[in-house]
Amino acid sequence: MAAISLSLSPNPSFTTTTTHKPSHSLSTPTFLKFPTESPSTIKSLTHAPLPHTPTPTPRATFSTRAAASTTPSTTFHGLCYVLGDNIDTDQIIPAEYLTLVPSNPSEYEKLGSYALCGLPDAHSTRFVTPGETKSKYSIIIAGANFGCGSSREHAPVALGAAGVAAVVAESYARIFFRNSVATGEVYPLESEVRVCEECKTGDVVSIELSESRLINHTTGKEYTLKPIGDAGPVIRAGGIFAYAREAGMIPTLTSS
Amino acid sequence: MAACSTVAPPSTSFISNKKDLGLSAFSSASPLSSQKCKRTSKTVCSVTAPKQSERKPVTTGSVKTGMTMTEKIFARASEKTQLSPGENVWVNVDVLMTHDVCGPGSFGIFKKEFGQNAKVWDREKIVIIPDHYIFTSDERANRNVDILRDFCTEQNIKYFYDIKDLGNFKANPDYKGVCHVALAQEGHCRPGEVLLGTDSHTCTAGAFGQFATGIGNTDAGFVLGTGKLLLKVPPTLRFVMDGEMPDYLLAKDLILQIIGEISVSGATYKAMEFVGSTVESLSMEERMTLCNMVVEAGGKNGIVPADSTTYKYLEDKTSVPYEPVYSDDKARFLSEYRFDISKLEPLVAKPHSPDNRALARECKDVKIDRVYIGSCTGGKTEDFMAAAKVFLASGKKVKVPTFLVPATQKVWMDVYGLPVPGSGGKTCSQIFEEAGCDTPASPSCGACLGGPKDTYARLNEPKVCVSTTNRNFPGRMGHKEGEIYLASPYTAAASALTGYVTDPREFLQ
Repeated sequence: MAAISLSLSPNPSFTTTTTHKPSHSLSTPTFLKFPTESPSTIKSLTHAPLPHTPTPTPRATFSTRAAASTTPSTTFHGLCYVLGDNIDTDQIIPAEYLTLVPSNPSEYEKLGSYALCGLPDAHSTRFVTPGETKSKYSIIIAGANFGCGSSREHAPVALGAAGVAAVVAESYARIFFRNSVATGEVYPLESEVRVCEECKTGDVVSIELSESRLINHTTGKEYTLKPIGDAGPVIRAGGIFAYAREAGMIPTLTSS
Repeated sequence: MAACSTVAPPSTSFISNKKDLGLSAFSSASPLSSQKCKRTSKTVCSVTAPKQSERKPVTTGSVKTGMTMTEKIFARASEKTQLSPGENVWVNVDVLMTHDVCGPGSFGIFKKEFGQNAKVWDREKIVIIPDHYIFTSDERANRNVDILRDFCTEQNIKYFYDIKDLGNFKANPDYKGVCHVALAQEGHCRPGEVLLGTDSHTCTAGAFGQFATGIGNTDAGFVLGTGKLLLKVPPTLRFVMDGEMPDYLLAKDLILQIIGEISVSGATYKAMEFVGSTVESLSMEERMTLCNMVVEAGGKNGIVPADSTTYKYLEDKTSVPYEPVYSDDKARFLSEYRFDISKLEPLVAKPHSPDNRALARECKDVKIDRVYIGSCTGGKTEDFMAAAKVFLASGKKVKVPTFLVPATQKVWMDVYGLPVPGSGGKTCSQIFEEAGCDTPASPSCGACLGGPKDTYARLNEPKVCVSTTNRNFPGRMGHKEGEIYLASPYTAAASALTGYVTDPREFLQ
């Protein structure tokens, strides 16, 4: 399943052959995720407990409780948006919006406002209400081959920017899965059964990551998720760069 | 219709493992295919393995366990002698390609992560090709090309195919057009190498016997700084295509057949290796079409063993030494599919999925509004030659608007300069004009992926289009309710002549 499975052991040839010396730096290692937002409790997971500040946005409430060990217990809670099979990246973010550069903070936010606007009109409940920048749905539930098509990283970025914390799908297209992990924007979780047949858009759901469990509070049903495995720590760190720094694989930039 | 079969155990000894997997994969094919596909006769069962003599151990892999060519490229690029599918390795990248849609974001990540004054790992191994949103008044799209230019100047990037004069592409000698076709034409595709690009159709370059795949901005930012990326070694599906290819078929029909067979996720995470006498007979451009659409089956990469056709194509395009690799006789494949191409018929993929396969003749009652010939998949010189051949054979005029977008400046020159065989010296452009097609447009990705609202030939209304492009998901060419039939250039041209989806045999026989 996992498209990417990072080993904690640094690769010697990698560190020794990096030629350039970064001279400037960034103060925040997790900037990739939230270029526009103030440090919030949402999604910027660390291994330490975070103060839980209620936010006015309707996105997932999200908490991290440090257990006795270093394994954090992560829970997402919110409304779900339900989709079928083969949702391709053109539907997640239509090509006309690819002029928006995800690494540019204001354009990152705009990408979120267009998330899933490529869905055919038959989807009468829109994912992002026109005029809003964020979705009220923080969890997407879908069928097989979610995120197929173009390699545009704008796709997981648009979902993350719209406030999505996790996608639960039967399976993923390779590049979407990898981009989700590399950016740390959303958790791409796999279900063991076709949950999309049993949930409805607007159902209240929770995901307990450490238990690999999805709970639909509206229907009272529970589902087992496939473990996220080694990709989990990468997403939790805030993407592949933040993870590689935490793991000592690449140097932490310091202000000169 | 399509003669397709999984390997027939008694008649073939090419590989001995995992035939059962092939069968199980086969059974998951669409209902259409399972009804229509017949076991082939066993007439086509001989596959010539690439010759193994006179190769150094590094190319043959002098190891106990056989490896596929994809595994060997991974092994060489990660400086290991032996690899198995599933292993994660740091791979040295030979070429990184990016374009105007994903370049600015990749540069942004590179600068944030490696520092504002950081230098790329190798200025000669990065190829930057503006191609997506070029001929548009969209200010952000124009700005993105400016961002590419600034970065290339600052980093002294050797291969940047710039465009400044949007009014006349011919005034920009450096400008190429569609990145995947330009990469090949400019000699950046070489056997045995690793090519990564911020575009899912980067897999096109597998036609050259190299590993090529699409990556996201963040991964590209990492590669820009380090020249390396952590990649998982994919298992390989092998597709053996034998038999003489009928003259009404093109490689597009072959790949639509395969995607219809294994579905849009049938090759997810996997390499797709194409071999057999039919593949050997294909030109480089046709091999590119074959590999181009592996991503539509979820594939990580497509790959064709390099041969004399490859070497001839590369002769005047690159002076960089390269070393091809070939799958070992004992290489392990996840499954093997066999096709007798001589029995295949022209195909389309109906809306809204590339695996929604049907025979072109089964769709003869589908009325269409327009035809589009272009893109990395179907906008190469030979694609236009094929369309011209159909128009020439019919001597008639098109019944629906027919849009032509050459992939690159080189293709455009060929359309206007090369004589079409059997035409008495006419060029494609003359034949297109006589047939009543729209004038060939400026080379770019065009309307294949919709793009900004003012993109030429964009589907701005809910129309039905037969297209030589690669995807027909809802909204792909612009309008969410538009309907796209993916087809070969032959089928597209035939359909333009009738105004309905049309089997090209109506004009070619």
